[in-house]
Amino acid sequence: MSAETQPLEAPPRGLLRLAFANRSFLTGFVITALIAAMALLSFLWTPYDITHLVVADRMKPISWQHPFGTDHFGRDILSMIMIGARNSIAVAIVAVGIGMGIGVPLGCWAAARGGWIDEALMRFNDVVFAFPALLSAVMITAIFGPGAVNAIIAIGIFNVPVFARVARAGALSLWPREYVLAARASGKGQALITIEHILPNIASMLLVQGTIQFALGILAEAGLSYLGLGAQPPMPSWGRMLFDAQTRMMVAPWQAIFPGLAIVITVLGLNLLGDGLRDVLDPRLRRER
Amino acid sequence: MSLLEIEKLTLSIGKTRILKDVDLAVEQGEVVGLIGESGSGKSMTALTVMRLLPQMMQATGRVAFDGIDILAAPEAAMNRLRGDDIGMVFQEPMTALNPVKTIGEQVAEGIRWHTGASRADAEEQARRILDRVGLPAEKFPLSRFPHELSGGQRQRVVIAIACALKPKLLIADEPTTALDVVLQAQILDLLRDLVEERKMGLLLISHDLAVVADMADRITVMRHGEVMETGKAAKILTEQAHPYTRQLALASTHVPDRRPPRADAAPLLEVASVTKDYPGRHASLLRRPAPFRAVDDVSFSVREGQSVALVGRSGCGKSTLARMILALDRPTGGAIRLDGVETSALPEAALKPARRKMQVVFQDPYGSFDPRHKVERLVAEPLHLLEKQPTAAERREMVAAALNEVGLAPRDMEKYPHEFSGGQRQRISIARAIITRPKLVVADEPVSALDVSIRAQILDLFADLNGRLGVAYLFITHDLTVARAVTDEVMVMHEGRIVERGGTGAVLDDPQSDAARALVAAAPDLSRALARRLGQQG
Repeated sequence: MSAETQPLEAPPRGLLRLAFANRSFLTGFVITALIAAMALLSFLWTPYDITHLVVADRMKPISWQHPFGTDHFGRDILSMIMIGARNSIAVAIVAVGIGMGIGVPLGCWAAARGGWIDEALMRFNDVVFAFPALLSAVMITAIFGPGAVNAIIAIGIFNVPVFARVARAGALSLWPREYVLAARASGKGQALITIEHILPNIASMLLVQGTIQFALGILAEAGLSYLGLGAQPPMPSWGRMLFDAQTRMMVAPWQAIFPGLAIVITVLGLNLLGDGLRDVLDPRLRRER
Repeated sequence: MSLLEIEKLTLSIGKTRILKDVDLAVEQGEVVGLIGESGSGKSMTALTVMRLLPQMMQATGRVAFDGIDILAAPEAAMNRLRGDDIGMVFQEPMTALNPVKTIGEQVAEGIRWHTGASRADAEEQARRILDRVGLPAEKFPLSRFPHELSGGQRQRVVIAIACALKPKLLIADEPTTALDVVLQAQILDLLRDLVEERKMGLLLISHDLAVVADMADRITVMRHGEVMETGKAAKILTEQAHPYTRQLALASTHVPDRRPPRADAAPLLEVASVTKDYPGRHASLLRRPAPFRAVDDVSFSVREGQSVALVGRSGCGKSTLARMILALDRPTGGAIRLDGVETSALPEAALKPARRKMQVVFQDPYGSFDPRHKVERLVAEPLHLLEKQPTAAERREMVAAALNEVGLAPRDMEKYPHEFSGGQRQRISIARAIITRPKLVVADEPVSALDVSIRAQILDLFADLNGRLGVAYLFITHDLTVARAVTDEVMVMHEGRIVERGGTGAVLDDPQSDAARALVAAAPDLSRALARRLGQQG
């Protein structure tokens, strides 16, 4: 075997440079970063104060004063979208966090133990999967009352089986590997092996799934608040803005267009980021390029 | 004019030359062996003939097949050639077949594409060729899927696909490397018969001189992208005029110097009537499936410092036995004792002291390391077993010592496993195995993924560590040359049972059981192949 032999596994170094050479990662990253920056900026500054209603300015079309127009209370739509981003991102982050925090340990445990524990956990997973996620989220918020916190929990619960599955599938393919056998021959227990060998090797899969679930979380939050089950007024949210706009679509289309665009662009950006991450992190795909 | 003529073929990626001025010719009905170690460019030569090279590669020179200039032919013309006049057999039968298509479909696919035959006609032809390669339709219907076949049977399907349209040239790239010796012999026989029957040209690519010694009319030896030597097989192999050819021949029959073990050593490992059952496949919902017995009433013992080989065909249960000895799996019945402690009865938590005394070296130098850890952490892994955890500095010292022991530099501990070659990785694997100074190392096919010259070095290392550290080995292998090289005793395993046991020389030279005889007869052996060829000529 000579020195020219191609390395089989990618070196962890140079990953950043590689990532930014990937077009979809770069596009997704820029969009996501812009949205996040917009949400952070809204804590410090927004063009207008959205708690302040100016009836004289209601339903103003696009202008220099109000680049995205105003709504039926005379609030600046750009400002509302900026604050709404905060809400969307917070809900999605916590929901993905709940999904990962519960799902990944469950999946790893199922893969490590196997047998009836695996079977029971995965069948329970299937049951959760069998419920239409958004509909069940509606049910949960209907029982516990609408609000951002309940929306987060409802969306988070349905992320759990997704991450449990991804983690279990990844872990299952690693357990028969020889390096895991070698670790077992070194007397390491299942928990230690999972932390040292399994998790780092499935992290990239989880990260990719995370960005996709993040995008889905944003969509779900928009859906819930559209139904009035998410964040409650006066806290603006993109879904609620769409709901408010729908009766005035003909007279004030900007009121619907901009929140809609915000949702589309954010989800698109996150999906591009996820695709790009997958390409960058999966050495098998990268070698073929 | 030859069937295939390669003249001054040079292949480059950017400024790097992969092949330099390669000349090669294959006549009709002739078997040409292309020998070389990994990275020598032999597979690249084959891919050039098929024009299946990665796009960034630039080929210059002349490649003519049956009067067609391959390098200049348009893609459409190549598509007509591939699979029709030129067939190819790949190394890995597991991945060369499409898992979601039946074998009948896969054989018929090429027939239909090239001849425009109807589905029924193509299937009829597919049935005939599968019958010819030893998969008669009565026993192996066309509706079988690849996963329902064994490795050897899959390789037969791959050969059937390659030979379905009576190609003029067959290229076989390491067709038997992934198979055990008995299957290897069968597949080589099949290829030889097909060549004779159909007057095909065969380009047989291998890293093993002994494999081609029996088959090839002419041999071309490659190294670093250049042809070292080419000529009549018998002449090349007997005269071994080129130093590299001699080096290869020596390496493939290499036997390290070893001290004979002390006969009075204490028993270290005792295996007493161990069996292992796996649950069988469900045939019906209601009936309990009959269990599959992978290991059947096996008893043996290994003394301290002794080196024992466990040989057998793939699937005979030897790896299952190894896992039970390593306490990675529990036997269904029987007992395994290491140094007097019955490991098969202990719970995982109580196994630590026993685990310190035994370690493992695996076959695949690529799969045995977590790609995300540095060598220091990888080699230090078994230190987890020590009663008192060493400090970071002690740890580094121990890793450095272990790396030193296996012929690597201590600074290598800063690197990742992918920065090493296959042979070096196997050294790291051995370093990991000896860092706790175990009394027993179980090595599961430790050299079968390595080139012959690297294999010789690793076998030397095993022999050396056996002498210096007094480690006992249990070598699990299907390769008898490995057993001959580094072991004192051989156990032959067949269908879960140990059918023969004795001194290495005695068993390999004069096998008593059928299973052992089959293994010995099938093993490629350079000197025997040469003797046979010279006998034919004289």
